[in-house]
Amino acid sequence: MTTLLYERSIPRFAAARLVSAFGSGRGAGVGPLRLVEQDAPALPGPGWVHVDPVLSGICGSDLATLDGRSSRYFEEIVSFPFVPGHEVVGLVSDPGAAADGTPLAAGARVVLQPVLGCAARGIDPLCPACSFGHVGNCGHLAFGHIRPGLQTGFCADTGGGWSTTGLVAHSSQLFAVPDGLSDADAVTTEPVACAVHAVLGAGIAEDDLVAVVGAGTLGLTVIAALTHLAATGRCRAPAAVLAGAKHPHQQRLARQFGATEALPPGQLSRAVRRHSQSLSFGGAAGQTATLSGGADVVIDCVGSAESIAHSLSMVRPRGTVALVGMPGKVTVDLAPLWHREVRLAGAYAYGTESVPAAEAGAKRGAAKLREMATFNLAFEVVAAQGTGRLVSATYPLTRFEDAVAHAGSAGRRGSVKIAFDMRKGHAR
Amino acid sequence: MSRRPGFVLEVDKSTPPTLFWNGEGFTLETLPEGSRVLYAPEPMPALDDPYGAIRHALLHPVGDRDPLPALLSAGMKLTICFDDISLPLPPMVAPDIRQMVIETVLDMAADAGVDDVVLVAALALHRRMTEDELRHALGDRVYDSFAPHGLLTQHDAEDPGNLIHLGQTAQGEDIEINKRAATSDLLVYVNINLVAMDGGHKSVATGLASYRSLRHHHNPQTMVHSRSFMDAPASELHTSNWRMGRCIAEAGVKIFQIETTLNTDTFPSNFAFLQKREWEWTLRDRATYAGTSAALARVPSRLARQIFHSIKSPHAMTSVQAGEVEAVHALTTENVWRQQGIAVEGQTDILTMGLPYICPYNVNSIMNPILVACLGLGYFFNLYRGRPLVREGGVLILRHPTRPEFHPGHHPSYIDFYEQVLTQTVDPVRIHKEFEESFATDPWYIHLYRTGHAYHGVHPFYMWYWCAHALEHLGRVIIVGGDAAAVRRLGFSPASSLNDALEIASDVVGPSPTLTHLHAPPIMMADVH
Repeated sequence: MTTLLYERSIPRFAAARLVSAFGSGRGAGVGPLRLVEQDAPALPGPGWVHVDPVLSGICGSDLATLDGRSSRYFEEIVSFPFVPGHEVVGLVSDPGAAADGTPLAAGARVVLQPVLGCAARGIDPLCPACSFGHVGNCGHLAFGHIRPGLQTGFCADTGGGWSTTGLVAHSSQLFAVPDGLSDADAVTTEPVACAVHAVLGAGIAEDDLVAVVGAGTLGLTVIAALTHLAATGRCRAPAAVLAGAKHPHQQRLARQFGATEALPPGQLSRAVRRHSQSLSFGGAAGQTATLSGGADVVIDCVGSAESIAHSLSMVRPRGTVALVGMPGKVTVDLAPLWHREVRLAGAYAYGTESVPAAEAGAKRGAAKLREMATFNLAFEVVAAQGTGRLVSATYPLTRFEDAVAHAGSAGRRGSVKIAFDMRKGHAR
Repeated sequence: MSRRPGFVLEVDKSTPPTLFWNGEGFTLETLPEGSRVLYAPEPMPALDDPYGAIRHALLHPVGDRDPLPALLSAGMKLTICFDDISLPLPPMVAPDIRQMVIETVLDMAADAGVDDVVLVAALALHRRMTEDELRHALGDRVYDSFAPHGLLTQHDAEDPGNLIHLGQTAQGEDIEINKRAATSDLLVYVNINLVAMDGGHKSVATGLASYRSLRHHHNPQTMVHSRSFMDAPASELHTSNWRMGRCIAEAGVKIFQIETTLNTDTFPSNFAFLQKREWEWTLRDRATYAGTSAALARVPSRLARQIFHSIKSPHAMTSVQAGEVEAVHALTTENVWRQQGIAVEGQTDILTMGLPYICPYNVNSIMNPILVACLGLGYFFNLYRGRPLVREGGVLILRHPTRPEFHPGHHPSYIDFYEQVLTQTVDPVRIHKEFEESFATDPWYIHLYRTGHAYHGVHPFYMWYWCAHALEHLGRVIIVGGDAAAVRRLGFSPASSLNDALEIASDVVGPSPTLTHLHAPPIMMADVH
């Protein structure tokens, strides 16, 4: 049985970092990732089941890890060696239960909610975050009866999605895939859940102007989620959603998912200025011009120094910049953040969301709130928006170098999501 | 030797290649046998004594107006308005006609003891002129006498303190114009009539108006029904302006209109070949063409632009008439047609034209793709009376580099129009309905228009509306040698060569179409029978 294993190796880490300087994803062959034969991990305890991955996506955070660019912040909440892959649709090997308690028969199709919170770690009582269902904010990621790991795919005890051997998952991590969703749809559920969480946490008000920076998987799923959640009354409906998308296929998808306008990143500020009817100052000598007003909410789905600076330049005073793309160590001039009292908010993972109970058509603002798992909201978005179309190519594990290189240059190659396909003969 | 009228050449085996303008350059194209080439009439002779002619016109007005000196008196409020940088094209060699006319008017005002005199550049929604441009138009003496005292102003269509609403026409059109001009005892308007569209009631009703007023005739519906707007009686644009003009008169605004016409002597002697017929090119003309073309091909487009925009035209004044607006304009139009008219028998399947580096809205600036469309489909297509040169459903082939380049200071809203509007639709009606209001009221564009040198936020819309008649009339528009992405953004078809364009056109007009080439500039007006 085949597994991609990421080991702690300083020389290989350094080599990957060096080679990836020539392009993200190019360092997979020389880095700490190796194709190995090994058995499935043992079940850590009661409530755990084996899951055989069917599809497992390659995420931006995976690429950052493989490129040796991820922040050292994560060192204490990751354990080595680990099997990457946290975007997973798979089949449970044994009977078990899903996160909501419903029974799962052997062979049931599930997606993994990969965060390893208190429940998965056997910690009782739960930390305050987990007790409110905010598992993404769990304070016990380095504790409990499994080794540290913020998610499956970064923990030495659970295995990960990039494996035909299988992984182990706690029932709190399992969500049965609704009938009608394809495997490609299902494997996008995890990034869509991130997008749902980001949108609901961004504080979007009725008729706000929202700008989305970046149109890779995260940017596109944010637009898809925002459109669906607004249409169903789960969040306030913005007046316009402007997307900065570098490549033509990204612009096309952004518009299909509901963006009012999708433009090259260099044109986004002008569109924000026009929609917000702002004045503009600065911009000489290569500096970014600042808008007198700007977008009410900017959702940064890139996480680079440039994208954060860009976001700060076009958010209105007292507006919100939501950081959805995973940033590393960046250097950004925070003077505009301070001066304009901008709220810079992280948006990580998922858990439980408070959303209006009413569906579309209910009076906005009058509906009672209801707690819903982010993943269940994500399933709705996946089904309504057909996010499975984002899966552009799949590879067998044996071609992991090609797969990672493709993921690292997905935009330039007209692709969005690259995934490993563990079904025999299904790679495309 | 008497001047020769316009000429329609039929291309045969012996016809040399035909000159096509190509932005900041030109090229020679071999047209299919049987094609027609329209050449502008040769320049009419200049007035021997322009100052004398101006003085004579002011002393012998036409229509219901007294001679200018009789209208001037001490203690009165006099406002002299004049056409802006968009006229003439290219800018003329000094002294500019405006300078000559205004100096004469000011002399008469001084003789009458008029102290309260203000000059107003009638910008409408155009960009403000720079000091150099104003000095060129008015001369240093006028500029230095008025500008330092704040008496040389530029119409600000967004200055609520200097606009006055004079009422509405019977059709409900708002008339809001420059308050200083409207409340003066006498408004003298100094016009340069480059084409038949200019002048008449349009001078005040458009040149001194606000957006609130302009929107009634600068819209797709009006433009589609202006066939053409070079032919005032057949132009809804002019009908609307005439309605407004008459209301302005009824409101008590006293206008003394001074209109002038130019000959077609468009380019200086070192570019003389540009206004000659190719078979009459001398050895020197051929050498100049070859040398200039080779040099322009080697210089960056920015430098080529600078070279061309430094050209000053030797345009000479052919007539000047003054008095009541409509009587004056009738004479002006006659004189324009006398210079520019060319009789053409029948329409053509394909109309070709090479577009030059300049149009009314990029003097000392960049001809961006929207202005390319406007020059081709708005201006040149409409250089007709009767019927368009090209038949309905026919093809227009333009030649221009159509680079997606913009002057950020002059055309800021054009950039957004190109990036954010044309990416969604090229339909003038939809554009008008969905986007115009937000651009027209955008405070940033208004700020740049009022304080910088930017065209008003709504101006690119108007440029697109100018194209509305042609867009409705034509079966296809092809741009040869243009940036392919930019050409497609405009909704047109790109072609790499004239032959490719003709091949593409055959899908629309069949394999054996008739073809007519408009050899302009110099400007001509086709009387299509």
